[in-house]
Amino acid sequence: MSADIALARYRFPAADCSRIPYGMYLDAEVYALEQARIFRGPVWNFLALEAEIPAPGDFRVVAVGDTPVIVDRARDGSVHAMVNRCAHRGATVQRAAYGNCRAHTCCYHQWSYDLAGTLINVPFQKGIGGKGGLPKEFDKSCHGLEVLRVKTLSGVIFGTFSDDVPPLEEFLGPVFVHQIRRLFHKPVRVLGYQRQRIFGNWKLYADNLRDPNHGGLLHMFQITFGIARLSSKGGAQLDAQGKHNLSWAAQGGRAEADAGDGYAGTDRGDMAIKLRDPSLLRYEKEFPDDLTLAISSLFPGAALQQIGNTLAVRQIRTKSADAFDIVSTFFGYQDDDAAMTRHRLRKANLAGPAGLVSMEDGEAVELVQRAIVRDGDRHSVVEVGGTGPVCDQENLVSDVPMRGFWLHYCKLMGITPGDAA
Amino acid sequence: MIVDAYGLFETYGRLLDEDRLEEWLELFCEACRYEIVSRENRCQNLPLSLMLCDNKDMLRDRVHSLRHANIFNIHFDCHVIGLVRADVGEDGRISAGAAYSLFQSNQDGESRLFSVGRYSFGLRRGEDGLLIESALVVVDTGTIPTLLATPI
Repeated sequence: MSADIALARYRFPAADCSRIPYGMYLDAEVYALEQARIFRGPVWNFLALEAEIPAPGDFRVVAVGDTPVIVDRARDGSVHAMVNRCAHRGATVQRAAYGNCRAHTCCYHQWSYDLAGTLINVPFQKGIGGKGGLPKEFDKSCHGLEVLRVKTLSGVIFGTFSDDVPPLEEFLGPVFVHQIRRLFHKPVRVLGYQRQRIFGNWKLYADNLRDPNHGGLLHMFQITFGIARLSSKGGAQLDAQGKHNLSWAAQGGRAEADAGDGYAGTDRGDMAIKLRDPSLLRYEKEFPDDLTLAISSLFPGAALQQIGNTLAVRQIRTKSADAFDIVSTFFGYQDDDAAMTRHRLRKANLAGPAGLVSMEDGEAVELVQRAIVRDGDRHSVVEVGGTGPVCDQENLVSDVPMRGFWLHYCKLMGITPGDAA
Repeated sequence: MIVDAYGLFETYGRLLDEDRLEEWLELFCEACRYEIVSRENRCQNLPLSLMLCDNKDMLRDRVHSLRHANIFNIHFDCHVIGLVRADVGEDGRISAGAAYSLFQSNQDGESRLFSVGRYSFGLRRGEDGLLIESALVVVDTGTIPTLLATPI
């Protein structure tokens, strides 16, 4: 197949994906193939939260990969998702980013679609006085918006282009079904959005989410102020295919353990510095377990996060092989009192593009993208935590979950790692 | 008073551009609020900020963290602050606002438009001139290019 010529350019020399060819982060043809085989492939993409479209007629424009998608709620309360592109001339139908409407009407020629995406009106369909208009045999029911199949779990909306994807809960697996139910165990209230454009390949961010090893080395804020170190109690849990990753850390246990001389040779780990207002670091326990950090990275491009009391969902929206956006929706619970809402809003300082803990991720991705630009046939090394089969990790000095992502990615892309050596 | 407000904005932008963040801090009262919020959230009455310091210690911690605990793109800022409007309320409170453009340049001298938006300050008169009680920065550039480290 001609599309696979792009893939044939790059070798995955190790069957366990412990080597990743840089070209996979650079190649525009690989990027185009990903839109078909990953984002429109056999996956459930996170789309939005039901809390963002509570009333009939509410809609919001999101994206699956780089495809603009309308998510809305119909009169009967059902949730729908469809590509935001008119079936007539391909114009953007819904121009507003969010709102409430009775129908989605394209401004170009006023073709109008109901909230399930069905074409309901074409002006002058029969022309005037028997002249002009559409042919008699034109069947409106064949010209709706392209719809995605939609499923929700605890108010989290997922959508798919695929008829072959397993049922949502099977695709997620029990660990991630539990994490979603945990985070959305009661009605949520959206607190706001944060957006960030990173000039790098989206998979570098997917990697970063599956690399617990960088947390205690790159993110100096949490090291310096003793929030989390690589010696903390934490680890990674994966689903059966290894495509999703839960990075977690917990209170107690080894949290205060000595990092030994692990930080020797770095300029990290100076604990002498204190915050003047440490209230930012306080964690109000709000879940039955001891997790203080739980970030579920869902294949292909979403993450659900609990960082202390900072709760958010993040969606990767790809732009090109070398740019993507992260759109984060921060939330609390509807029964939060004013003090808890204030606490969450202050703690939001830790995450996002200006996050005291997380700002480095944007820089890290761009540092890689800039340095690999001319060497697509060379490889990234992924062996922290060991090589071979991908499995759960009981410590943080590991990037094994990254290989889980790549093994599943290769499967969907039609790449057999290791066979080209 | 308008002259004083112009002077404050000039000092504010210049201290940030010259990376004199510790001196920039001293433009604020002890009981101050500094907030960067996107137009997107503002329009939807959503309370989330991009950066929120609701007392001066939090603001000091931000600067302290940038100096000692954060890694971010090495850059130089250039604030271009527009015409200033200043009003004195019946209670004597001073409010001042201005639009801004913030350009960011890297070590190779490549510049990009980093952010545009508007400042809305609440001010009071201190011994050495105007002090900032509240600084609200509403950014139109809600999609932050790369990351947001240095205050706007």
